[in-house]
Amino acid sequence: MTPKSDEGKAKPRITPATLLAGFAVLISCQLAGETLVSVARLLAPSFVFPGPVAGMLLLLAYLGWRRRLPAGLDAMATGLIGILSLLFVPSAVGIVQYGGLILEWGPPLLLALVISTLLTLLVTVGTYLALARLSNGEEP
Amino acid sequence: MSGIAEIWVYLSASPLLWLTATILAYLLALAISAKLGGTPIANSVLIAGLLIIALLQVTQTSYAQYFEGAQFVHFLLGPATVALAIPLYKNLEKVRRSLLPIGGALLAGSLTAMGSAVAIAMAFGAPADVVASIAPKSTSAPIAMELARNLGGIPSLAAVLVILTGILGAVIVTPLMNALKIKDYAARGFAVGVASHGIGTARAFQVSEVAGAFSGIAMALNGALTSILVLVWVLLSQA
Repeated sequence: MTPKSDEGKAKPRITPATLLAGFAVLISCQLAGETLVSVARLLAPSFVFPGPVAGMLLLLAYLGWRRRLPAGLDAMATGLIGILSLLFVPSAVGIVQYGGLILEWGPPLLLALVISTLLTLLVTVGTYLALARLSNGEEP
Repeated sequence: MSGIAEIWVYLSASPLLWLTATILAYLLALAISAKLGGTPIANSVLIAGLLIIALLQVTQTSYAQYFEGAQFVHFLLGPATVALAIPLYKNLEKVRRSLLPIGGALLAGSLTAMGSAVAIAMAFGAPADVVASIAPKSTSAPIAMELARNLGGIPSLAAVLVILTGILGAVIVTPLMNALKIKDYAARGFAVGVASHGIGTARAFQVSEVAGAFSGIAMALNGALTSILVLVWVLLSQA
């Protein structure tokens, strides 16, 4: 293992073993994240946070500290993110279980979701751009 | 004929059938989306979901039986969420330089997501448990279900509203941002991450890696902030 970054090298070392090691890093971080959230919930029972998102923040902190991205981890992550939409399909199909709930409250709730989602997108992007302009203006 | 029925009984009891169906429906959705010139209305989660729902109705298959097979795809959502750290790491400098817009947009967006949904639902005369279920709709499903429960809402309704919000945001974001001529992909990604969690993030990655990275951090931060805001709300209303 070279201590330097694998990025930008002519031959990134992607082998079955490095890919599997990449997957192992991902699920280990998820396990650590789930554990961390469970411990936090022992201390504060009403605390809610998904273990995988905690795992993502742990991995980001680790990568930021080590300043090195293994090629196998990079390839595995890129592959999984490439099929991220597929991974939501089983949950989306889950809506069939609640046909009754949707029919009962469908039109007003759907309208509420459309308007609220539009407003959220507009307010978020507007605030982001305004503050980005402000902070860029402050820099010399 | 009875032979075919027997084969069906055998196959439909095996997880392999619905795992295969999920992946094939997704590939078909991608092909349909490409055929339509990649229009955001032809969202791959939406089309694949509708295809599978139609198939389940025709074959009289329960969701529980479907999920026996689909769980293998669903399981990968965990490691894939952890994997969002990699594009974030690659864009770490850009994230560091954007802490002010990230913080401000997070606060404004998170409050708008909750406040507007609650206000509109109340305006339509929705009962208190339905209003409580729509409040956390912009967070990911596990957070929303828990928060809805804490607020006196219905967790399963919250999960449905989360999925619908995700698909809506993923469909709306590209035409909306293009119409407004916004070319800052960090800002576009961040907005869809706050509004539409993981499904919005999946869409953002289809557009650009920068948008995806910023959508991922927005999803994580909005989940955390919404949990804190709901906690404060519950404590204040008890006081």
